[in-house]
Amino acid sequence: MSVKTFSIDGQIISAKEGQTILEAARDAGIFIPTLCHFTGLTNVGACRLCVVEIGNSPKLQPACTTKVIEGMEVKVNTERLKEYRKLILELLFAERNHQCSVCVANGNCELQNLAIKLGIDHVRFEFRYQNYPVDISHELFGIDHNRCILCTRCVRVCDEIEGAHTWDVAFRGANAIVITDMNQPWGESESCTSCGKCVLVCPTGALFKRGVSVAELQKDKSHLEFLIQAKVKKQWIR
Amino acid sequence: MDLAELLEIAEKERRRKKPIEIHCCVAASCVSSNSQSVKDKLSELLSNTDLKDRVEVVGVGCMGLCSKGPLLRNSVTNEFYCHVNLDNVSEVLKDIQGQKARIEKLKIDDPFYRKQMHIVLENSGKIDPESIESYIAEGGYLTLYQVLHEMTPQEVIDEITKSGLRGRGGAGYPTGLKWSLVAKSQAEKKFVVCNADEGDPGAFMDRSVLESDPHKILEGMIIAAYAVGAQQGYIYIRGEYPLAISRLQNAIKQARKYGLLGTQIFESNFDFKIDIRIGAGAFVCGEETALMQSIEGKRGTPYPRPPYPAEYGLWGYPTLINNVETFANVVPIIRNGSEWFSKIGTEKSKGTKVFALAGKVKKTGLIEVPMGITLREIVEEIGGGVPDGGKIKAVQTGGPSGGCIPASKLDTPVDYESLISLGSMMGSGGMIVMDDKTNMVEVARFFMEFSKDESCGKCIPCRAGTYEIHNILTKIIEREATQDDFEKLKLLCQVVKDTSLCGLGQSAPNPVLSTIMNFEEEYTSLLKKDT
Amino acid sequence: MDKIKFATVWFGGCSGCHMSFLDLDEWLIELAQKVDVVYSPFVDIKHYPDEVDLCLIEGAVANEEHLEQLYDIRKKTKILVSFGDCALNGNVTALRNLHGEPDKTLELSYKSLATLNNIPNFDYKKIARLIKKVKPLHEIVKIDYFLPGCPPDAKRIKYFLEKLINKENPVLEGELLKNG
Repeated sequence: MSVKTFSIDGQIISAKEGQTILEAARDAGIFIPTLCHFTGLTNVGACRLCVVEIGNSPKLQPACTTKVIEGMEVKVNTERLKEYRKLILELLFAERNHQCSVCVANGNCELQNLAIKLGIDHVRFEFRYQNYPVDISHELFGIDHNRCILCTRCVRVCDEIEGAHTWDVAFRGANAIVITDMNQPWGESESCTSCGKCVLVCPTGALFKRGVSVAELQKDKSHLEFLIQAKVKKQWIR
Repeated sequence: MDLAELLEIAEKERRRKKPIEIHCCVAASCVSSNSQSVKDKLSELLSNTDLKDRVEVVGVGCMGLCSKGPLLRNSVTNEFYCHVNLDNVSEVLKDIQGQKARIEKLKIDDPFYRKQMHIVLENSGKIDPESIESYIAEGGYLTLYQVLHEMTPQEVIDEITKSGLRGRGGAGYPTGLKWSLVAKSQAEKKFVVCNADEGDPGAFMDRSVLESDPHKILEGMIIAAYAVGAQQGYIYIRGEYPLAISRLQNAIKQARKYGLLGTQIFESNFDFKIDIRIGAGAFVCGEETALMQSIEGKRGTPYPRPPYPAEYGLWGYPTLINNVETFANVVPIIRNGSEWFSKIGTEKSKGTKVFALAGKVKKTGLIEVPMGITLREIVEEIGGGVPDGGKIKAVQTGGPSGGCIPASKLDTPVDYESLISLGSMMGSGGMIVMDDKTNMVEVARFFMEFSKDESCGKCIPCRAGTYEIHNILTKIIEREATQDDFEKLKLLCQVVKDTSLCGLGQSAPNPVLSTIMNFEEEYTSLLKKDT
Repeated sequence: MDKIKFATVWFGGCSGCHMSFLDLDEWLIELAQKVDVVYSPFVDIKHYPDEVDLCLIEGAVANEEHLEQLYDIRKKTKILVSFGDCALNGNVTALRNLHGEPDKTLELSYKSLATLNNIPNFDYKKIARLIKKVKPLHEIVKIDYFLPGCPPDAKRIKYFLEKLINKENPVLEGELLKNG
């Protein structure tokens, strides 16, 4: 396997052939924010937080789907990118109802952590305050669409790892929501195996175990990482 | 089918024709103003006269001047009859009989037609779109025969490359280059896709071409498939175009019957099939990756490129995707040679472009003009200027992905680069003329409302960004916005443009950015002072 | 050095941010050396004075009184701080926005989801009418600084005030920043 050498913000990085910029950056300990990416699941390039500058091209590319090319000069931390990322996150906060203080995932939420990391102290857009449904028809789990950021990790883990494809996305634009089966209550889904992987991958408090209270939701991803490793690398090691 | 049979069909069709044909537009625009009944009525009137052996009423495709429809044309005098309806259709008969008739007539050398140049629309309004024989009589499928028997795939690609043809869907990617990329990709299967998911508000170029001359698209696709080595083609067309769909279905059936589609086309070793896939009307499905998802039966959302469809397209196989108008240029280019084509237009934009001319001009409809013509010629000469002595304020091109070009820039030549430099784009061909009563902020909001509703929701900047842009525009129009909001609007537009996943989001801010660029004072005059 | 004219204001919030402020404990004594508290729920002053140097506002704008006061405070204050989540994003106070008009909220709180089954007969002459939609402060007036948290803990408040009193720019990072 050949090695590709390239640079991130001037730092020389070696990557394995076929690696994405995101993978190579993470191997080198360089931080690039992501929300829709989840190691082991197909990258969809949807959240746009990982967009980076490449060479002199005015076009930004998502680090999660762009493969490393020998000699490419990548910038991940320019003022422009920092401003853009903040704005994108603010758009998410304004879109649905992310009141951290009354969320099961408070303190254990990727969206909240990223907002802290990117230094967001307030949101410049008017909050929409649309009332989204909460579905607790499933005996073990629930979904609160008010917290959903449409990263589609649940859709992908259900399809690619569990093989059930219970989840999918319905409707368009601002009306888009994740649905179970043919947009019926989760508890009535015939394809759902109740495996809970969707809950584990969900970055926010949208998918939760029933019975947890504010700030109580802990998502132990180790079991999921074991499964993904087994599937992707064919290694069955804990 | 072999060459002799083809020529025989053409000859038979020509012999069958009556000396005088009255062409009656049966494309969507005239049909919606009742042209089908006009056609039937005129046929009926004729059958009672002694002209019936010499004159025939033929349904044809679009003749362009939709604002004067239903439009009829006398094939001998080449004169048009305008606004024909069931009450005045008898006047048309009188005119044919050489009597004095009270009906509005238009000559072919009217300014509307004089500056036009018809390549894509060469058969449009002349042949019966429901009849393959009518197409063959005009030399149809002869080019395909020559390609299959006299040219190698590489020679076809070379001709297209040399012609300088660029994609007519809007972005203007060199067609020859796209073809050669697909041709080079090694795979057991390849696909050719015709993108007929025309979705811009006010645009009906592809629709008219498909309704008027469906076989030309089929022939172009078959030639493309031969050039790139594809075995299966799809026409992805939106469900809102029932007439175009039925004419395509009919055309495919006819072509299959004559052995022009299927196995061993023209008795060569080349096999190719075309199927229609009907879209459910999502604008984003005109974006090529979303379009392919939709053809595969999945939710029509785009995915990041690379990999481009040329290497990884439908079901992972190399796929050539071109727009309707691009395919319509293929036959004329091969027939007349790349040199002929490359002499038309400007240095970087060759050939012609079809526009749907609409808005505040006297004559609206479908036009085809050589690249390099100025916007002024289109608007003032072809379109006849603003009615009621109004003044032109701006010309909008490129629909929701394009922008508004101010009247001061009307002498700009129409080509891909010039329009982009003015903050607009060629787009697929919508052209809306606006007069001085138009509020440009409202225009920007109209297009943003469209983009917001049509965003698929996959990526955040487009899904939430278009919503917020629309929101701020509304605030500005309601005089509730401050300078801060205006600055936020500009930043937001830049972010949505730079970070969105697909062309829809990347170009959605264009109507706002271009109106800010050219009409900033219209925005600032609506702002309220900071509190 | 003159003492800084300092105010705190309580709008639509649970007063948790003010409680957290009291968690500053003995540092309050140190603070008192540097600031004059000219208006606050902690002191008995009826009117917001002119020329206030620094003001922390807890809570979102939920009624007409808040709205009127906020415009007034903005005019009279140099540095205005959104103090806590309700002030900067509406937080729990704004949850009523999900149900639409204020009447609908009253209906839900006092009737359909309550055991009382009676909407209290509000005398709007004595108390302020609810505005249509709860809003964070910065959607109404310009806010100079934001201190997130539900509530922001005393450590963060201390850092913030120290910086502002010393006329420095507070930079909130990591644990100092947290929402919720």
